[in-house]
Amino acid sequence: MVENRRLLDILGHVLMLFAVALVVFPVWVAFVASTQDPAALMSGTVPLLPGDRLIQNYSEMLGTGMASAGAPPILLMLGNSLIMAVGIAVGKIVISLLAAYAIVYFRFPFRTLIFWTIFITLMLPVEVRILPTYDVVASLGMLDNYSGLILPVIASATATFLFRQFFMTVPEELCEAARIDGAGPLKFFWDILLPLSRTNIAALFVILFIYGWNQYLWPLIVTTSENLYTIVMGIQRLVTVADAEPHWNLVMATTVMAMLPPILIIVLMQRLFVQGLVETEK
Amino acid sequence: MQTKRVTFRHVWLPYLLCLPQLAVTLIFFIWPAGEAIVESFYQTNAFGTSLRFVGLANFQRLFSDPSYYASIRVSVIFALATSALAMTLSLLFAAVADRIVRGTNAYRTFLIWPYAVAPAVAGVLWMFLFNPSIGIAAYALEMVGIDFNATISPNSAMALIIVAAAWKQISYNFLFFLAGLQAIPNSVYEAAAIDGAGPVKRFFTIVLPLLSPTTFFLLVVNMVYAFFDTFAVVHATTQGGPGQATSILVYKVWKDGFVGLDLGGSAAQSVVLMAMVAALTVIQFRYIERRVEY
Repeated sequence: MVENRRLLDILGHVLMLFAVALVVFPVWVAFVASTQDPAALMSGTVPLLPGDRLIQNYSEMLGTGMASAGAPPILLMLGNSLIMAVGIAVGKIVISLLAAYAIVYFRFPFRTLIFWTIFITLMLPVEVRILPTYDVVASLGMLDNYSGLILPVIASATATFLFRQFFMTVPEELCEAARIDGAGPLKFFWDILLPLSRTNIAALFVILFIYGWNQYLWPLIVTTSENLYTIVMGIQRLVTVADAEPHWNLVMATTVMAMLPPILIIVLMQRLFVQGLVETEK
Repeated sequence: MQTKRVTFRHVWLPYLLCLPQLAVTLIFFIWPAGEAIVESFYQTNAFGTSLRFVGLANFQRLFSDPSYYASIRVSVIFALATSALAMTLSLLFAAVADRIVRGTNAYRTFLIWPYAVAPAVAGVLWMFLFNPSIGIAAYALEMVGIDFNATISPNSAMALIIVAAAWKQISYNFLFFLAGLQAIPNSVYEAAAIDGAGPVKRFFTIVLPLLSPTTFFLLVVNMVYAFFDTFAVVHATTQGGPGQATSILVYKVWKDGFVGLDLGGSAAQSVVLMAMVAALTVIQFRYIERRVEY
């Protein structure tokens, strides 16, 4: 800081508190609403302090869900979201590590072509080629199962670039030394490169877990069975009930449960998260 | 392209290592993209039983359809407003956070929350706040004489998805602006202060120009986000309505394909969208490397 201006400091903190309020308020209101009984949310404005139905609302949604709106129990949807998020994160990391390793540590015909093929995936987000991708997945018989939820989204140019970038910074001497000691390519990868990449992998995992958890369009179109609903797309079922106000207290209980795991991860692993975020965009 | 000076020699291993990534890319990215291009030249009959080659007819139909232009207009307004709102707010917050000495980390912990919130969930949170009968934000607006109802008024619906989409993007922009600000050396500020420039003047004449690479990068990222990653915000809240008021391009391509079952029309839209993403990606990679610097 250049000069000391007390007034400006106070103004700064006021502004930051406003920023925090802007971020936290919607989440707080959702939490408060999720603890009310339905009558409190029928008219007037939402109360700003929690009600007394915390346990009742949550246990109802966790265990039985809302059959009238065609929504399965939250516990089931949370489980599906977890499987999908972990599957996507691990899948992306594994196949990107392998591809980046081949591209950096080997010289072989078509290497550049392969690199650019992977690069092109950046230009083809699922939103813009939605119908044909659905056709492909349907013709492979992957609708309504976990492989259909996970596999089609695990190609990752960004993860491949990140690992390529990182491998380029690994000193040449390490590889020379390993080769002199008689290590083959797989042994070098497993015993030296992987341990060195640990922080990068962890940082990337945080980012990709959130990416996977928050998937919406893809689960929406490849699942028709309620047993495969993920929580983020399941909420929409509860909100868009035909011709009626949704049961806001139960909807908000579901939203809170949908937000909780990724928010916890981001807050608890803040350092890794920031590192992962900044590095994937380099 | 660079490799290591020391490399391994192996005939088939590198191909095997690339195989999983390549297989997924070819099957789930390149193949559908190719199919979209092919389908955009065909038309199905009313029963979906036969395909007929129609040349550019799907594109002609698309570009003579007023609702497509309406959708482009809606998307552009939405993308510009979302980027402007998210970037202005986060730049303001980052500039303040960079200035104050104590508590930056605590503030940061809170400000990164929205990144973790799914776009669909962000949409539902704000829809609840703006609910005309019980929402707090809607109530506050009513106090100052604004009637906010996203199910009836097109402007309200647009405002709702802009606020929800921008809210979610604040964390990301904030972190990058903060990193950019912290990279500016202190001596520059000090020199300016000695020459008599106050905090506001320093911000506009020093910080903003030095921050332009970050700003440009974030502008592209925010535009890509607003154009292509916001399907969930629209689908979970306004469903494109009222009327077509919030039917952004990625929503329309889904709706025409899955609800309207217009295979050729949806494919033609996909091709247009792919061209748009390709252009944005090229801009991002060509110009961000070069950096906009003064």
